[in-house]
Amino acid sequence: MKNILKTLIIALIFTSPLNSAENKTKLLEPNWTFDGFFGKFDRASLQRGYQVYKEVCASCHSMSYLSYRNLGEKGGPEFTKQEVKAIASQYEIQDGPNQEGEMFMRPARPSDKFVNPYPNANAARVANGGAYPPDMSVLVKARKGGADYVYSVLMGYTEDVPEGISLEEGVYYNKYMIGNKIRMPKPINDGSVEYTDGTQATEEQISKDVVAFLTWAAEPHLEERKKTGFKAVVYLLILTILGFIIKKKIWLRIEPKV
Amino acid sequence: MSEYSDKKNEEFSPVHTNKVGGSPYTGVIGWIDNRLPIFRIFKHEYLDFQVPKTLNYFWSFGGILMICLIFLIITGLALGMHYKPSADEAFDSVEKIMRDVNFGWLIRYAHMNLASFFFIAVYLHIFRSLYYGSYKEPRQLMWLLGITIFFLMIATAFLGYTLPWGQMSYWGATVITNLFSAIPIVGEGIVTWLWGDYSVGDAALNRFYVLHWLIAFLIVGIVVFHVIALHIVGSNNPSGIEPKDTRDTVSFSPFTTSKDLVGMLVFILIFVAVMMFAPNYLGHPDNYIPANPMVTPAHIVPEWYFLPFYAILRAIPDKLMGVIAMVSSIAILGLLPWLDFSKVRSSVFRPIWKQCVFLFVLDFFLLMYVGAMPAEGIYLVLGRIGTIYWFAFFIILAPLVSMYEKPLPMPQSINEYMDWKKKGKIKTFNFTG
Repeated sequence: MKNILKTLIIALIFTSPLNSAENKTKLLEPNWTFDGFFGKFDRASLQRGYQVYKEVCASCHSMSYLSYRNLGEKGGPEFTKQEVKAIASQYEIQDGPNQEGEMFMRPARPSDKFVNPYPNANAARVANGGAYPPDMSVLVKARKGGADYVYSVLMGYTEDVPEGISLEEGVYYNKYMIGNKIRMPKPINDGSVEYTDGTQATEEQISKDVVAFLTWAAEPHLEERKKTGFKAVVYLLILTILGFIIKKKIWLRIEPKV
Repeated sequence: MSEYSDKKNEEFSPVHTNKVGGSPYTGVIGWIDNRLPIFRIFKHEYLDFQVPKTLNYFWSFGGILMICLIFLIITGLALGMHYKPSADEAFDSVEKIMRDVNFGWLIRYAHMNLASFFFIAVYLHIFRSLYYGSYKEPRQLMWLLGITIFFLMIATAFLGYTLPWGQMSYWGATVITNLFSAIPIVGEGIVTWLWGDYSVGDAALNRFYVLHWLIAFLIVGIVVFHVIALHIVGSNNPSGIEPKDTRDTVSFSPFTTSKDLVGMLVFILIFVAVMMFAPNYLGHPDNYIPANPMVTPAHIVPEWYFLPFYAILRAIPDKLMGVIAMVSSIAILGLLPWLDFSKVRSSVFRPIWKQCVFLFVLDFFLLMYVGAMPAEGIYLVLGRIGTIYWFAFFIILAPLVSMYEKPLPMPQSINEYMDWKKKGKIKTFNFTG
């Protein structure tokens, strides 16, 4: 049985879509705190990541599945209630109709969804040379390579374009992007944001923070999942051993010498 | 002749329309069992039921599949309470389940990964039958019911994969439903009829959702038949020899139950580890991009468990013939009890057939690999070789091997089989634990 399982697992690894040869360049793989069996987010990094999203990404990219309240929830950036309220109130959203039948603007509340930078997809396209900046709520799960891929793309802009690649107007070369062409200008440089907690705002640090934030956004229950998962696996392991002992004991009745 | 009957006096025979009684139990259980014999049946079929002593862990997969099916239905029920089968809302409602519904992420990941593990278990279950000849007399009908279940599983898994309405959902649905257009003359009409529209959209998603539910319960129905038939013909076993007396058998409980429990726990352990630590590993990242009819993904690939059949579809240059080949590659399993007419069941005593079955397993993995690759160059060649072996296994090898193979000397009973095994006279895998 072990051999069969092994074969099956190996076959799965080989045939998994994650492994099909499309992205030939090896992705950058920073040590994510959220990787592995005990993976957890670094709160400070998530909070900085939100700052990066707000100050850099949010001018073009929506995150329509997130609400401001999520920023204060357990397992996320864990801003305090007051901070979440303050963050939300910086945005204006349309509400209504009121009793007079008029639509009106009011400051956002924690229960509101993240405000979209554009009123609709076409407006987003027009403002970005025809390319639609994808919604970033589940972006990390929607790309082969996940967090590593998004991080690599952020870090993959380079001035020296290899020979034989011609770039049209408004298209940039990127080492890791599938097809190596991207319409988004290099978004992050050293000092793109100013951190208030004394962290050095290097290109790498900013990219790491924002990708951690995006990973949390795509998988807000990651910490809970891994924690529960570890407990469940330990529990099942003990149960399996007990089950095996019981089985052995019962079968001794008919095969006493084995 | 009586005035109120068409029967002559001498034709009368006593009847017992009232069959109350006969329970071995007393008290409340006896009272119920006298009127509705569920306790008797349970005792007879699950406690005292005799099964061959030699069953190895491959025989756990029936029970494992049952557990998978039950949990798929329970998690599916919970998901169904929050999911919205509409092209505009489906993706959003799945994200809502993942984010805001209490333990929604756990229920959805469980449902998603259970579908994959259901197929892992069913492939091992089918392999068990192939290797030990469980499809042979008198178990042909069970085998046919099993293949029916497999077909229904394929249908419901495909429909389920369309429901999150991501890019792969949408384009997978488009590709697969378009296969029907290969049918001459009426093909296009059938496709429009299936869609309920002129493209895959809201109407299609709605019916996919309904059918996904319906087929799940059809599976339950056929599984009941499959299990009833099992309790009539009894379990096969690694020796392939029918049990003769109680020296050859054990009672289902506690022997089989304790052994199945171990198999189930190991399976659940692996499942939980994958679900909790790599929940999206068996899926495709493109399905986290909302369906967009204007953008076709670079490679449209089905779920991993369909890849071998997808490879067979693409190995044939003609669309109609490809579809026929794909469907017959599974349907042909149903002919195996008649194509393989060797009197010996178990591959343990069939040296040549054993090799054919192992090659068939390799072929399965080869086709799975090819199915994930683009249909060009070396992959196309490999796919064709794989397809040829797949069909040759059934049509040529099965009858030829049955005819010319010389089986190894066989023991007279299961008890003797165990004896031979202990003495090392029989070489086989050891999954008995």
